[in-house]
Amino acid sequence: MNPSSAPLVESALDPAAAAYRQIVGAGDPWSRELRGGQILRIVDLEGNQSADTLFYDAGDPAERYSASDTIRHQAALYLTTGTRLMSTAGRPLLTIVADTCGRHDTLGGACSRESNTMRYALDRESMHACREIFIRGAQECRPELGKRDLTCNINFFMNVPVTPDGRLTFADGLSAPGRYVELRAERDVIALISNCPQLNNPCNAYNPTPIEVLIWDPR
Amino acid sequence: MNLAIDNAPAAPLYTRTLDHAGMWSAVLGRGKTLRCTALERGANVGLLLYNADVPVERYNMPDTLKGQHIFYLRHLYCLHSDMGRVLASIIADTVGWHDTVCGASDAALVAQKYGPSTYQAARNEFHRNARDCFLIELAKWGLGPRDLVPNLNLFSKVVADEAGRLTFVPDHAPAGARIELRFEMNTLVVLNTCQHPLDPDPAYHPRPVRLEVFAGPPPGADDPCRHSRPENERAFLNTENYCALRAPSSVP
Repeated sequence: MNPSSAPLVESALDPAAAAYRQIVGAGDPWSRELRGGQILRIVDLEGNQSADTLFYDAGDPAERYSASDTIRHQAALYLTTGTRLMSTAGRPLLTIVADTCGRHDTLGGACSRESNTMRYALDRESMHACREIFIRGAQECRPELGKRDLTCNINFFMNVPVTPDGRLTFADGLSAPGRYVELRAERDVIALISNCPQLNNPCNAYNPTPIEVLIWDPR
Repeated sequence: MNLAIDNAPAAPLYTRTLDHAGMWSAVLGRGKTLRCTALERGANVGLLLYNADVPVERYNMPDTLKGQHIFYLRHLYCLHSDMGRVLASIIADTVGWHDTVCGASDAALVAQKYGPSTYQAARNEFHRNARDCFLIELAKWGLGPRDLVPNLNLFSKVVADEAGRLTFVPDHAPAGARIELRFEMNTLVVLNTCQHPLDPDPAYHPRPVRLEVFAGPPPGADDPCRHSRPENERAFLNTENYCALRAPSSVP
């Protein structure tokens, strides 16, 4: 465990009491509307998996998760318990209320077929990638959403440390089998996940694996 | 490392000075260079870039950072789009560090930091914020809130410690500091000179910035920005393919 990651905070919620449970395979989208007060838990079932995630205001999806507003509100790069996920209008969409991983990324973005050609090699264009998964998941949930709505996302369980001299690296994950992050919706939101299929870097330990998504109603 | 290289010819095609919280937007064609010069110490330029022909392609902070393994921008680095291509290259830079992650101020932050200020009372020195400036300029090109993505803050430096906590470095850019961006595609440039959102200065004081645009050819095969990273070489190839395919055919 990296000594500079945040203290781990467990949840008291019982998975047997969840209103919804779904396992999402690597390379698949998942999207669903959350009502204000509902709790969303994402579980890294086998460890070192990146869950690429976007959030939108359900009433006005033009207002959506903003990585830069989230970073500047907390004056810190990494997401963990207590982080408020801010919208492009400067309002909290969700709050992280439990985290047994300790650090989540919002600088690394999502892989795409096009960015894979830039990052790895021109012949990687055919490989499955998060941004096409996001497009499918967004359109299943709201047909009017498309590429224009894919902003800079969260990578739950991914570790992208920045050094004091400004270098950025993709490191082995801090996560492990069964670790989870839990978020409380501060209002009605759309949650959109691409369970990352990337095979070219250690963000999924070169072996993309399933996640589980659970939702609890407000107590 | 601070580098100043004069790549641009002497006479600009266009010059504009932004005072107070100035805002500006323009389409700059492939090969054009935009020079931004800080006219006072502590300037900041919030910047967003879009493919001028197909604006759903836009500057992408994560692809720019992970393509170059860096958390800030400086000379020789490139501003990547979300389509594996280069929108602009930093061909000259006297500053050496430009913030990529802290985004824009908004009305709530400006009111909290600097107090209320209305046009009715303050006329054209009323307090503006970067988010509203971006939205006003974006609207002139048919764009809006769906097109707001994390922006660059030229001339500003923010460093991260090992836990990811951020510290703003005051007065990073001296008066006369400059950066030159060469556009590798036809690019919609949207910018404003509002203060950096983490600038702790209690005074509302956006600094003036001079903009100059120069004409020039697209980069040659030996261009140093192109060869600054293997990722940039591939992104330049993708960009050239895109430009070759969309250019009108010269064959009758």
